[in-house]
Amino acid sequence: MKIVVLMKQVPDTWGERTLDVTTGLSDRAATDAVIDEIGERALEVALTHRDAVKGTEVVVVSMGPASVTAALRKGLSMGADSAIHVLDDGLVGADAWLTSKVLAAVVARSGADVVVAGNESTDGRGGVVPAMIAEHLGLPHLSFLNDVTLTPGEVSGSRSTDTGTLQAHAALPAVISITEGLPEARFPNFKGIMTAKKKPLEVLSLADLGLAAASTVAGNGRSVVVSTVQRPARTAGTKTIDEGNAGVELAEFLVAGRLI
Amino acid sequence: MTHVLALIDLSPSGEISNTAPGLLAAAAALGTPVAVTVTAPGVGSVLGGQLGALGAEIVFAAESEQLGSVLIAPQIEALAAAVAAYPSSAILVSNTSDGRDIAGRLAVRLNAGLVIDAVAVRQADDSSILATHSVFGGAYIVESTVTGGLAVVTVRPGAIDDRATPATATVATATISVDAARFAAIDSIADTAVESSRPELRDASIIVSGGRGLGSKENFVLVEQLADALGAAVGASRAAVDAGYIAQTAQVGQTGITVSPNLYIALGISGAIQHRAGMQTAKTIVAINKDADAPIFDVADFGIVGDVFKVVPQLIDAINARAK
Repeated sequence: MKIVVLMKQVPDTWGERTLDVTTGLSDRAATDAVIDEIGERALEVALTHRDAVKGTEVVVVSMGPASVTAALRKGLSMGADSAIHVLDDGLVGADAWLTSKVLAAVVARSGADVVVAGNESTDGRGGVVPAMIAEHLGLPHLSFLNDVTLTPGEVSGSRSTDTGTLQAHAALPAVISITEGLPEARFPNFKGIMTAKKKPLEVLSLADLGLAAASTVAGNGRSVVVSTVQRPARTAGTKTIDEGNAGVELAEFLVAGRLI
Repeated sequence: MTHVLALIDLSPSGEISNTAPGLLAAAAALGTPVAVTVTAPGVGSVLGGQLGALGAEIVFAAESEQLGSVLIAPQIEALAAAVAAYPSSAILVSNTSDGRDIAGRLAVRLNAGLVIDAVAVRQADDSSILATHSVFGGAYIVESTVTGGLAVVTVRPGAIDDRATPATATVATATISVDAARFAAIDSIADTAVESSRPELRDASIIVSGGRGLGSKENFVLVEQLADALGAAVGASRAAVDAGYIAQTAQVGQTGITVSPNLYIALGISGAIQHRAGMQTAKTIVAINKDADAPIFDVADFGIVGDVFKVVPQLIDAINARAK
């Protein structure tokens, strides 16, 4: 079985993330760039399957600027067999439609049996790309899975609904996305780090994927940012040390502010 | 005026979700609101009165045998049929897991623009649609639009407080069938939601959240007691969820629910940046923590350095005394 894992490089959520207010784009230089944790968990799903089933091949895929190489190398050092980096200047500021179109082309070219992604990135938080890839390819998808079972012809799992949970399955090939309900990823070990350097990392442009320029494949209605405004930072208010009466003081604060 | 579709979320038993009033208000602000429902055969038209009262001028009641057996597809097919019957400038869907799947696949299928997680929508002077987004935990306000053609927009549940003027809805029914091979099949649906008298987290006006500082699942009851005294929803930090004090559905933060209540009370929460990203747009923030250096105090309007097990019972007594 061939598993394609989609990973996204994002600004580290442990830092203060910023947007460039003139372009509306994420300021990639302002914070450390890391693999989104949910993408690492997606890779873990694939690696766990490979540990159990011989003959499984795991390919990590990412789209983004040159810095993405580091994220893919980490994926390789964790155990992925090969990596694909989609790198093209025309993709700067790509919306979900264009991103999904390009990733669908990668998936089609790879001949994947299953595509595993995180449910949503920590930066954009869109959570739509996996389903959109499936639609581009005419494949079934199962998103926001809290657990995953992969068998030779089928993927199944459960997802949360507004009122409970739902169990579903899809025939392969299929696209899935997973939540934090799946286990944390393994750490790369020394051997993994050493062998990662020798594993194939392919860099593809839109032309390599057989796609026309970004502006022509971007779909009919591109989503574009009109304005970006930074909200003023919150400032700390009163801070008191409890001397036995703070509960009463807090009640008075809430009443005075008509909050209760 | 152009039509604007709003996909109405329905519970498995057919009740209209509390996301419907906001969606229909947003639709009414952009055009003639058309409520789209997907139900089992024979029951689609019964919601006309209720949806009219929420502002729908037209109800497109799609009925499908496959609802409940094919995941997501009946809703996508219903919206595609509705937009063919009522040419529209926008299709509004809730920004839930189902809603995002529906919106994403539909945007690709219709070659339409996709706008995700809008907290407000309005029409620009040139009649294009402008959506407002709250980005990086509310640190930025971003406005976006779609260049040309139909826009599929997911709307954050609980974000739109406006209500549309009640209307008398015309009901049109349609029968929908889908190509099941292109979608996942549903094996079973378990309704595990506990009947709770507490408000829903995502649109509660008051939220009481607990963190690792509560120390144990047993102690976490204190959070619930304060929530009940205030008629509030219960939230939690990721640390409290990871420690097993409460279900993941209560998680507020970067990877949980993003909330924006009138009042947010953080008990024993240190305020890691990932938690603040989920609650810092609350109008008023109160924090109680024994660590005077906890970062939660940087965003708190009223902070108490103290023991939650002493301060909170006293607060509950004061609230109850006032209520009498």
